[in-house]
Amino acid sequence: MNPELHLILCIATPLLGAGGILAAGQRPNLREAITLSTAVTLFALVLALNLHPEPYSPTARPFEIFPALTIAFSLEPLGLLFSVVSSGLWIVTSVYSIGYMRGNREKHQTRFYFFFAVSIAAAQGVALADNLFTLFIFYEALTLCTYPLVAHKGNDNALRGGRVYLGLLLTTSIGFLLVAMVWTWQLAGSLQFVEGGLLTGRLEGGTLLALLALYLFGIGKAALMPFHRWLPAAMVAPTPVSALLHAVAVVKAGVFTVLKVTVYIFGLDTLFQSNAAAVMMWVAAATLLLASVTALRKDNLKARLAYSTISQLSYVTLGAMLATSMGVVGGAYQIAAHALAKITLFFCAGAIYVAAHKSEVSQLDGLGRVMPFTFGAFFVASLSIIGIPPLAGSWSKWYLMLGAAESQHWAMIVVLIISSLLTIAYLMPVPLRGFFAGSGNDNQGFQWRNVREAPGTCVVPLCLTALACAVLFFLGDSLYRLILPIAGQQ
Amino acid sequence: MIDFGNIIYWVVVFLMMTGLYLVLASGNLIKKVVGLNIFQSSVFILYISLGKIAGGTAPIFAEGIERYANPLPHVLILTAIVVGVATTAVALALAVRIYAVYGSVEEADIEKQEVDAD
Amino acid sequence: MTTEHFPILQVVLPLLAAPVCLLIRHPRRCWWLAMTVSAATLVISVILISTVYASGPIVYHLGSWAAPWGIEYRIDRLNSLVLLIVSGIGSVVLLFAHGSLGFEVKRSRQYIFYTAWMLCLCGLLGMCATGDLFNIFVFLEISSLSMYLMIALGYEHRALNAVFSYLVMGTIGATFFLIGVGLLYALTGTLNLVDLSNRLEPIAGSPTVLTAFAFIILGIGIKAAVFPLHWWLPDAYRYAPNSATALLACTASKVAVYLIIRFVYDLFGPGFSFKSVQLTEVLLAAGVSATLLMSTVAVFQNDIKKMFAYSSVAQVGYMVIGISLASVAGVTAALLHMFNHAVIKSALFMALGTAFVRTGGFSIDQIQGMGRYMPWTMAALLVAGLSLVGVPLTAGFVSKWYLILAAIEHDYLWLAIIVVAGSLLTLAYVWRVIEAGYFKPIPNHIEQRREAGAGLLVPLWILVLANLYFGIDTSLTLGAAHGAARALLGIAQ
Repeated sequence: MNPELHLILCIATPLLGAGGILAAGQRPNLREAITLSTAVTLFALVLALNLHPEPYSPTARPFEIFPALTIAFSLEPLGLLFSVVSSGLWIVTSVYSIGYMRGNREKHQTRFYFFFAVSIAAAQGVALADNLFTLFIFYEALTLCTYPLVAHKGNDNALRGGRVYLGLLLTTSIGFLLVAMVWTWQLAGSLQFVEGGLLTGRLEGGTLLALLALYLFGIGKAALMPFHRWLPAAMVAPTPVSALLHAVAVVKAGVFTVLKVTVYIFGLDTLFQSNAAAVMMWVAAATLLLASVTALRKDNLKARLAYSTISQLSYVTLGAMLATSMGVVGGAYQIAAHALAKITLFFCAGAIYVAAHKSEVSQLDGLGRVMPFTFGAFFVASLSIIGIPPLAGSWSKWYLMLGAAESQHWAMIVVLIISSLLTIAYLMPVPLRGFFAGSGNDNQGFQWRNVREAPGTCVVPLCLTALACAVLFFLGDSLYRLILPIAGQQ
Repeated sequence: MIDFGNIIYWVVVFLMMTGLYLVLASGNLIKKVVGLNIFQSSVFILYISLGKIAGGTAPIFAEGIERYANPLPHVLILTAIVVGVATTAVALALAVRIYAVYGSVEEADIEKQEVDAD
Repeated sequence: MTTEHFPILQVVLPLLAAPVCLLIRHPRRCWWLAMTVSAATLVISVILISTVYASGPIVYHLGSWAAPWGIEYRIDRLNSLVLLIVSGIGSVVLLFAHGSLGFEVKRSRQYIFYTAWMLCLCGLLGMCATGDLFNIFVFLEISSLSMYLMIALGYEHRALNAVFSYLVMGTIGATFFLIGVGLLYALTGTLNLVDLSNRLEPIAGSPTVLTAFAFIILGIGIKAAVFPLHWWLPDAYRYAPNSATALLACTASKVAVYLIIRFVYDLFGPGFSFKSVQLTEVLLAAGVSATLLMSTVAVFQNDIKKMFAYSSVAQVGYMVIGISLASVAGVTAALLHMFNHAVIKSALFMALGTAFVRTGGFSIDQIQGMGRYMPWTMAALLVAGLSLVGVPLTAGFVSKWYLILAAIEHDYLWLAIIVVAGSLLTLAYVWRVIEAGYFKPIPNHIEQRREAGAGLLVPLWILVLANLYFGIDTSLTLGAAHGAARALLGIAQ
């Protein structure tokens, strides 16, 4: 296939699927079939991107908005990684959401699937963007088309959550990111992603810090404190949305942008030699710890997972701000590893809600004994997030610590260790309560008498993603070799 | 000590301020229209005085006439007077319509009725 | 007839059509006549702009009297763009008026509306085309008087009060302008803009020039609703018939902004305006306050039409900020926003006018759930609203981009932040409308729950699509704005 057409197809496929979903709105079975087949097609297309002989060269340029500001797509390792993760997980989420939406008898399902597909298209656009401007367009599109998903229920609570979500994401992106982009454009005359950094040698000192801060706070989807409130607010959405979008696509689009900006706009060398990155690194470290502590104090399971996500996202930002090749590799690895683990956790939360209608951690005593698969998957995914081998999460922690050592930020190693301990403290109680709490008490068994595992369409996807956490561990080396070239080491 | 050579300008400024004051301070719509007219008249006088030359006659091309007034500002202000008359007509027509609706041309009355209606 | 008479033909055609409308009286025939004339002016302005780009400014001497004695019409890169905005968007709005007027103005009075529309078009086009200072005054009053008439035809009796305030303010503004013109004439003895500009240069320090400058800028500032001279605007926009509001928003205030640019950069020259008078500070203060204060006021309006009216004042603030920066990027931004905002606001007001057909009002409660029974209208509100906010791929984004760029070029990072803060406030009020339209239940009193007719939707969507088109292909708008800005600042093409 023509590589340029191939790139465009990767974005067009989910859009076409969205059109099909709208057309088949009156016939649920056909609609879901379209969703699933679109998801599979997209994943196949994305995987096939790897097959081109020169994998990182194709560029497609549909048009130019104004001079040196084009909409263009190209393929590079980070984008490929993000694209594979988001499109692959769309398949499992589609299966899962069919079970979830039907199980809960949600309204407006056509609208739901439609915007879901459009969101995926936007995520692909972010992944394959050839320049910052294109990325920005799809970044904004992603915000706008996930809004109907967040506000899906349409009651006051959902609308309020949606308002916070949209308000914060657009405030940061228009308020800071757009200004940073115009500033960059004014300095460099383009917004092209350049290997080694577009701005290399063009600014220094305080200006560098100001611009870097504008970028990092402007990328609100990376949920750097104090602009993190949108993520817990987004939890009013149905669980499949939280799972795919607010654990994978949307938030990963944020940290992916952070990595792209770090590597291709600023350049690792520039950042490594300045103090600006160190300042922002401390902001990331603070977010990481504060969010973990907050997660500890949340009893609502989805809220706890949301704060956990904020904390885990800061690992990526922190890795980027280390400005070493190992830091970037660790950050990129974290994108994939955390995606798999966190989507599993959200799937589990949703499965618990569908099966037992429970949403608080303190209500789960003994539930694990009637839902062994769900709680088992939860346990595995928790271990991966904590960073225990042989699960995927251990690699990202490993590379991040290597990066911290490489740049001699020893304090960061301490931060990472404390954070892992905190992660144990807030994630482990869930499976422990599920399996062991109240085991001597007959009332518990009585309470869950009528509860069974959630439907197969819910349980199978979460087992698959938990399994993938382990599989990804053994793919560590190939991922390493994929990412390393862009981080400056051949 | 006022410079009498410029007295015409003092007249202009006096009329202008009187008119503006009336427009802004009066609550009666008709008085506002009157104020606008006074305000505009001051500008008419300004223009007319611009073209006038001491000892000049009407600009007729004839034997023995050497000093004559510049006709252009006078022509211009003729246009402006027409515009002013049209504006006054529209304003008065509006005042009539407002009186028909509210039974008053006092701003305070109209406002009170509107507040009551809400 | 040759093309050489086009500059005057464009003005004379609507002027002639006006009394004919008055005689015809039949609403539909009046509309046909007005529409034909309006389309003709559009064709002429397209020809004019392409001629200007191909072979430079067009100079036309009225009655063949040579300037500076005769009246000169002068079409250059700057005003050919404004002529295009006025005639182009004016035509689309007139198309819309045909469908919407029946819901607001009695049949027996519609011919008056079309007569006034033609006069207004004549005045607006004349103001742009002419190169004579006094001529500008005459056309200004023609357009204002006809506009008072159109607003007074609004169906609520509060329209009368709104018009009266507008008339008082407008007359004061026009008279101020007249005073300024008189002072300049007293100094130089000429009314021709080009001639005047040359003669002003050696006497720029004179206090009379300063006084004239102040009177002229204040007078036009009232017409353009530059903050804080804006207070006539919200009521006038609110109570006018919907098509008239769209016309006012997309053309009248834009022409006034054009005049400010023309006087500041061309007549007095940037050297005088920004060095001797320090206009930058004044305009910057006005623009920034307009953007922040008026957007904030708009957020708290429950009447959507009034909300968008306040928003217009805020958006004029953006243009004023662009003008105040006295750089190519700033003027480009101001001109771009002039064009883009005309497209955006007329689309928004037309969408409100379309909604009015079913909701019978403009309050935010009344449009609740409109997305369900009027999907096209609501989608138009959504797209135009996002364009107003400045979301990428819409027209609004392009002008915001250039404005931020201009601010950063001057090292005014704070100004860039204020510009985006204004955008965010815009988002806040636009989103109130979107949320009500899509996520709230339909109120019980709405009886006819179906989409409006094609007569309203087609012109509306022409402008909505224009919003998207000018957000993606900017070669026309950006080229024109950039070219005009460079010409104004005396930088070779």
